[in-house]
Amino acid sequence: MKIHEYQAKQILARYNVRIPRGEVAYTKEEARDAAHRIGRTVVVKAQIHAGGRGKGGGVKVAKSADEAAEIAGRMIGMNLVTAQTGPEGRRVQKVLIEEGLDIRQELYLGIVIDRQVGKPVFMASASGGMDIEEVASKHPELILKEYVEPGLGLQAFQGRRLAFGLGLAPELINDAVQFMMGLYRAFEDTDASLAEINPFLVTGDNKVYALDAKMNFDDNALYRHRDIKELRDLNEEDPLEIEASKFGLNYIKLDGNVACMVNGAGLAMATMDIIKLAGGSPANFLDVGGGASEEQVKNAFRILLSDKHVKAVLINIFGGIMRCDVVASGVVEAAKAIGVQVPVVVRLEGTNVEQGQQILRNSGLNFIVADGMKDAAEKVVAATGKA
Amino acid sequence: MSVLVDENTRLIVQGITGREGTFHAVQAVKYGTRVVAGVTPGKGGTKHEGLDVFNTVEEARRKTGANASVIFVPPQFAADAIMEAAAAGIELVVCITEGIPTFDMIRTSAFLKDKKTRLIGPNCPGIISPGKCKIGIMPGHIHLQGNVGVVSRSGTLTYEAVGQLTKRKIGQSTCIGIGGDPIIGTTFIDAISLFNEDQDTYGIVMIGEIGGTAEEEAAAYIKAKVKKPVVGFICGQTAPPGRRMGHAGAIVAGGKGTAVEKMAAMEAAGIRVVKSPAEIGDAMQESLK
Repeated sequence: MKIHEYQAKQILARYNVRIPRGEVAYTKEEARDAAHRIGRTVVVKAQIHAGGRGKGGGVKVAKSADEAAEIAGRMIGMNLVTAQTGPEGRRVQKVLIEEGLDIRQELYLGIVIDRQVGKPVFMASASGGMDIEEVASKHPELILKEYVEPGLGLQAFQGRRLAFGLGLAPELINDAVQFMMGLYRAFEDTDASLAEINPFLVTGDNKVYALDAKMNFDDNALYRHRDIKELRDLNEEDPLEIEASKFGLNYIKLDGNVACMVNGAGLAMATMDIIKLAGGSPANFLDVGGGASEEQVKNAFRILLSDKHVKAVLINIFGGIMRCDVVASGVVEAAKAIGVQVPVVVRLEGTNVEQGQQILRNSGLNFIVADGMKDAAEKVVAATGKA
Repeated sequence: MSVLVDENTRLIVQGITGREGTFHAVQAVKYGTRVVAGVTPGKGGTKHEGLDVFNTVEEARRKTGANASVIFVPPQFAADAIMEAAAAGIELVVCITEGIPTFDMIRTSAFLKDKKTRLIGPNCPGIISPGKCKIGIMPGHIHLQGNVGVVSRSGTLTYEAVGQLTKRKIGQSTCIGIGGDPIIGTTFIDAISLFNEDQDTYGIVMIGEIGGTAEEEAAAYIKAKVKKPVVGFICGQTAPPGRRMGHAGAIVAGGKGTAVEKMAAMEAAGIRVVKSPAEIGDAMQESLK
């Protein structure tokens, strides 16, 4: 799960990670009041779940409260397009009004899980403020790393190694180490999957700050973090994906026109791939899971069809625990209830496949039955041409 | 022959009285797996589906001589169940449970470091040596006893590959689902080295997916050590970056873990990489000629 910058900063502040003074504003007036209270030059920052905001025009400096209000007025409600939002952009619902700081140096701090090592890795780089992924791929030697023992946390000596490695002045080291240890505690305490401070700032008066903050969380651990779960912002998510999650379905909207419904994440990805190989373009990823009920299949089908770009549907089920007859019944019922306007290709394999095919044949509906994945993909792509 | 599990495997089921545990314990017995007991804390001393239930893994092991365990407990308790099995000295632990917090698995991996236990999973379909022993949720009837080893991060996509092999009368020595999570026990390299050493495994099918670098590491290993033919497929070629595609581990993040990189690394290692998931069976058939 992702959260906003201001929310991440509120979490980090509880761990003694220094953040600039700031307030969230939902309107122009709130922005003016916030800037007034801060009482100096402020930065107005659009709050969306995507990076690259600066280049997209989502971060602006205001010298007065009136100017802050004026900028916020333009920003709130605008469609912000950044390198990470895709061309459709994201509507800005709120801004963060933050004190402007005297920037001396911009560095980078980040924590992720290193899958190969099986431990969190704390990274630091003197090349902050810019695209860290580019630094990582072109100059990996510029990124310092410390692996953290789970349960023990980041040790002070590791923090010192990073801080000295960054070339920080001796009088800043203790401050920076406290900052890093706090950041790590926040990461492990909240079951985060990513924490990133970019830039990690040194000011003219020799203080370290989190000028920006990004935190992602492990969805599987949210059950033990009710406070974090509440930070979910549905405005940042696709309405169809929200709808799907209500029924325990794993749905991700894509921009093609061939909808697909599959059991299992791997097979669902493979189905998208084979649609593409057959010359089509998948409209979504949808995993109905290992043991979906008739009700879930019905809802999955309804959600697929509510995407207006869909020209044909491919249902690909390899029945293991999931029985083909259950899937077939769900599909037939949903098709009858919704009144399907587009061709539906069905490929069933595995447990109770004969009963499943029987149900489809007896439904009186015009399903296209496929034999194998290749046949299914070719049939569904051909069907999009006819629709 | 086969690897890790066969007719001598003595299995206990942790979480046997739950819905999933019950169903799959019965399926395993039907398949011919020697299921010797179940474990559910608080239900020790009772019988379930004709099997003795114990309160602890330690007691179950002591009284039945079990050497393998399969875990069907909910995600909140699954890491604990893995550690309990390892502490009791169970040699092979297969964790089917999906949705275990990553930090639980990080701590569990640290716990397993000085134990002799091998973990398969979590979030996996399990392991099967066709005709001998089935531990997990895969449908037994699609498998055929034979000489190809299958290792995969996915569940149903593995069934798809196995189905294609069986249709062509290509049997399997052992199929191992290593799981779709970021932190797993048995890796591609572990499974492939077992297949490489097994005299009766003639070829290997390796099914990877986007996210992480496990496929690249396996490719390097194969290049250095494996002489047997390997067929590979990577799913998620069309997945957009930054989105988690169902499996917790299947995400292209920070420009890493793309299908293109993985396929290139595998091809460079001499693996026969198929672009289409429908070509796995044919490619293996040709490779074995």
